[in-house]
Amino acid sequence: MPDILVQYQSEIMESIGETFIMVGISVLAAILIGLPIGTYLYLCSKGNLLQNQLVYSILNVLVNTIRSFPFLLLVVFMIPFTRIIVGTAIGTIAATVPLAVIAIAHYARLVEQSLLDVPRGVLEAAVSMGASVQHIIFKFLYVEARSGLLLGLTTSTVSFISYSTIMGVVGGGGIGDFAIRYGYQQFKTDLMFYVIIIMIILVQLIQFAGTTISRKIDKR
Amino acid sequence: MITLSHVSKSFAQYRAIRSVSLTVNKGEIHGIIGPSGAGKSTLLRLMNVLEKPDQGEVVVNGQQLTQLSQAELRKARQSIGMIFQHFNLLSNKTVYANVAIPLELAGYSKSEKEARVMECLAFVGLDHAAKQYPAQLSGGQKQRVAIARALANQPQVLLCDEPTSSLDSSTTAEVLHVLQKINQTLGVTIVIVSHELDIIRSLCHRVSVISEGALYETVVNEPTGIQQLEKTPQSFVQKLKDRGGDHLA
Ligand SMILES: Nc1ncnc2c1ncn2[C@@H]1O[C@H](COP(=O)(O)OP(=O)(O)O)[C@@H](O)[C@H]1O
Ligand SMILES: [Mg+2]
Repeated sequence: MPDILVQYQSEIMESIGETFIMVGISVLAAILIGLPIGTYLYLCSKGNLLQNQLVYSILNVLVNTIRSFPFLLLVVFMIPFTRIIVGTAIGTIAATVPLAVIAIAHYARLVEQSLLDVPRGVLEAAVSMGASVQHIIFKFLYVEARSGLLLGLTTSTVSFISYSTIMGVVGGGGIGDFAIRYGYQQFKTDLMFYVIIIMIILVQLIQFAGTTISRKIDKR
Repeated sequence: MITLSHVSKSFAQYRAIRSVSLTVNKGEIHGIIGPSGAGKSTLLRLMNVLEKPDQGEVVVNGQQLTQLSQAELRKARQSIGMIFQHFNLLSNKTVYANVAIPLELAGYSKSEKEARVMECLAFVGLDHAAKQYPAQLSGGQKQRVAIARALANQPQVLLCDEPTSSLDSSTTAEVLHVLQKINQTLGVTIVIVSHELDIIRSLCHRVSVISEGALYETVVNEPTGIQQLEKTPQSFVQKLKDRGGDHLA
């Protein structure tokens, strides 16, 4: 291992830990909140099971608005809101709030798109069997869309890692912030280079795992 | 078993079904035939209220489906089986899991479910394929899985929308044999929509002819038998000779 990595080992590990916290909580938020929102977007759209123009429009505008914010502005814009939720606007946990918000919006859209790929005939069969909406979601939609849902989550996770690199502005830390502080601001170009390699490996691993599993669970 | 009275259905301005009254008797195989776009599928979908009629009443097995609450309608649909031209199986579930779905919806226990799934798969001759996925099966096998799924909950009625229209002739016969067996051994009332006269003639007891969204006439039919559809060398010779072609030999 290069000397400079050994020298900064503990800082690097700590930074990676911070990235994991920020990205991990965001992935969790994407699943727990983004998945239901995306599902409602799909179900409320025109010609669908719960067709509801009002709910669809509200969710749609909300998701679009959040996604069209330049991320740095979203972070700054959300500072008061973050303070209300976690009591402070500075630090790793505080940085997670805007990241989770963008994660929810990002994944909700990908969920909607994955569900659109489920053949209409499958839904029709579900209704003809007397399935309730809850059954249709869990026993039909998510089953048939599962590889798309997982691929979407993989893509989102990679984006969250990229977004998380600017969290230095609110003291969020993370591996991207580390690279900027040491590599760029202190002219340790080789250190920055190694950190970038670490990030590339991280992203490759996530993408590889996501693609492999989603292929495995796709029986179409 | 099924009674439609003065049922109408429009899509936007287009009147797809125009005041149709029709009775399907208990235990019969009832055909619905007509050209493409005549409204056959819509008529069939009115029978389990997949399409809600604008006017008229739909009564199935003594229950007026048009009057039921959402929850009651779901319950009623659990005893009306339906199969489709494109099978509509879940491709990410095994054959076994596909057939198990309606039983899970109906709240069967695990052991009851297992026995019933295998019974239904054996009935359609696919118990050996329980662990396979639909993508590994032929079209005829897929449709038989769909039939097993539709039968799982012991329905009184089976609605079939063009059940053989995406199959070739030999698998068509295979599927029709299963439908006939369901009618004869289980006493299930069957409605078959098709645009192919040969198929309707081969196994229906009565046939309703649909034209431009209206019922043209209901005709009694003596089933000609599924063998008629099989394209074996013997059947070709038989048919040629039946047309007075003896001198060709
Ligand atoms: N959901 C729908 N929305 C709009 N038009 C429809 C819909 N379903 C059917 N139709 C129209 O109603 C007519 C009858 O359709 P259908 O019942 O599918 O005919 P068939 O099964 O006899 O071919 C067609 O002209 C079709 O375009
Ligand atoms: Mg049709």
